[in-house]
Amino acid sequence: MSWKQLEEGAVVKGGTSASYVVSGWRVKRPIINEAKCTNCLICWIYCPEPAIVRHEGGKVTIDYDHCKGCGICETECPPKAITMVREP
Amino acid sequence: MTQTQTLRVAALQGDEAVAEAVRQCDVDVVAAYPITPQTIIVEKLAEFVADGRFRGEFVPVESEHSAMSACIGAAATGARVFTATSSQGLALMHEMLYNASGMRFPIVMAVANRALSAPLVLNADHGDMMGSRDCGWIQFYAENVEEIYDRTIQLFKLSEDPRVMLPSTINFEGFILSHDKERVRLLDDEQIKRFLGRPKPKHRIDPDDPLTFGAIATPDTYYEFRMQQTEAMKNSLHVFDEVEMEFESFSGRRYGAVDAYNTNEADVVMVINGSAGGTMRAAARALNAAGERVGVLAIKLYRPFPTEQIVSNLAHARAVVIMDRSLSPGAPSGPISEDVKSAMQLAGLNKPVLSVVYGIGGRDLSTDDGKNIFGMAKEGSTFGSSTVMYGVKV
Repeated sequence: MSWKQLEEGAVVKGGTSASYVVSGWRVKRPIINEAKCTNCLICWIYCPEPAIVRHEGGKVTIDYDHCKGCGICETECPPKAITMVREP
Repeated sequence: MTQTQTLRVAALQGDEAVAEAVRQCDVDVVAAYPITPQTIIVEKLAEFVADGRFRGEFVPVESEHSAMSACIGAAATGARVFTATSSQGLALMHEMLYNASGMRFPIVMAVANRALSAPLVLNADHGDMMGSRDCGWIQFYAENVEEIYDRTIQLFKLSEDPRVMLPSTINFEGFILSHDKERVRLLDDEQIKRFLGRPKPKHRIDPDDPLTFGAIATPDTYYEFRMQQTEAMKNSLHVFDEVEMEFESFSGRRYGAVDAYNTNEADVVMVINGSAGGTMRAAARALNAAGERVGVLAIKLYRPFPTEQIVSNLAHARAVVIMDRSLSPGAPSGPISEDVKSAMQLAGLNKPVLSVVYGIGGRDLSTDDGKNIFGMAKEGSTFGSSTVMYGVKV
């Protein structure tokens, strides 16, 4: 793009990473063992992205579009219900 | 107000003149940290706030890095913003200077030039600003207190112009100008308000319309953003002429990007900037009265570099002396000398050049020194030699 077309000062519309898909960054993906998960939401507190989704009734799942695969949830999960598994 | 109206005349130090100009310019936010020899600016502005004479927000920050950061944040809201610093303070601001220019915020800053540590010194040379020379800020150097006052006012108009939108500095040597008390013909508050209007930035922080300023660039776009700054810097040269013309219409005062004395009649022209311009002009007048043919070209506007005006004023000289009040250890010569020689080369001017370093760390430069330096150029034996470290004790 020509320098004449760019917005001066690199000013762009604000927002959060909720509007980006970051799944391509991931090497390992978190898998929740539903038998062990207590729905405590510690993973939701620690997750740096909007990747932990809490459903009606309290069930927790992962939004893989927004999961970068950092593994913080696996480290922090008190009942060790999350395991990082290598992407195929 | 018309030109015939009586102006308020005051005896002001350079720092006081800056503070008075800032008060009159309807500045919204001042974020600054005191450092010798700039301290009086910050003290005066704090005094104006305490006395209810200045309605702007005064933010007493904990460092110069924070001062420039606060200025950037304030400028993002569309406010008119000012700060002042010197030496180590400017060095501490360094990374934020690039953020201010990169986000295209028209912040105005006064720099009371002071040499850098170590060893610790409080007195003047241009090494502080030259260290941040490439930060994308418009850079002026003043020669007297009234010029400092006038330029401070002009800078808001120049920086805030939509064709420019770049931050700017007015440089003046610490103590020599910051603390020197001179006669200043103050302008009318209302006249300055009419001259400046209010800043009208294209973008500003708005909670209802969130924006990111200075967002991340890639190798695919960064170069283009810097090209925009380069073009804006080039544009500012023409906008500066308009600003000066309008300023002259009500003040009767105009300085130009350069001040040329006898450059068309002179065998030797000396190029210089800052307070020593007047000193060298006095030396040149005395020499010319005694039958010599010398001239002085004082650079007022350093960035953007007024290449054409400089080259045209050197066209008739047989030899050129270029004076630098800063050091670039290991370089062929000082930064102004590099720029002038480069401009001459581009214009095809092939003349003997004598590069001189002077006034480092506040070392005085008298009219007699000026005569000596012109004498060195007349002898011609020093041409082609390395940079002359004038006045150093050997």
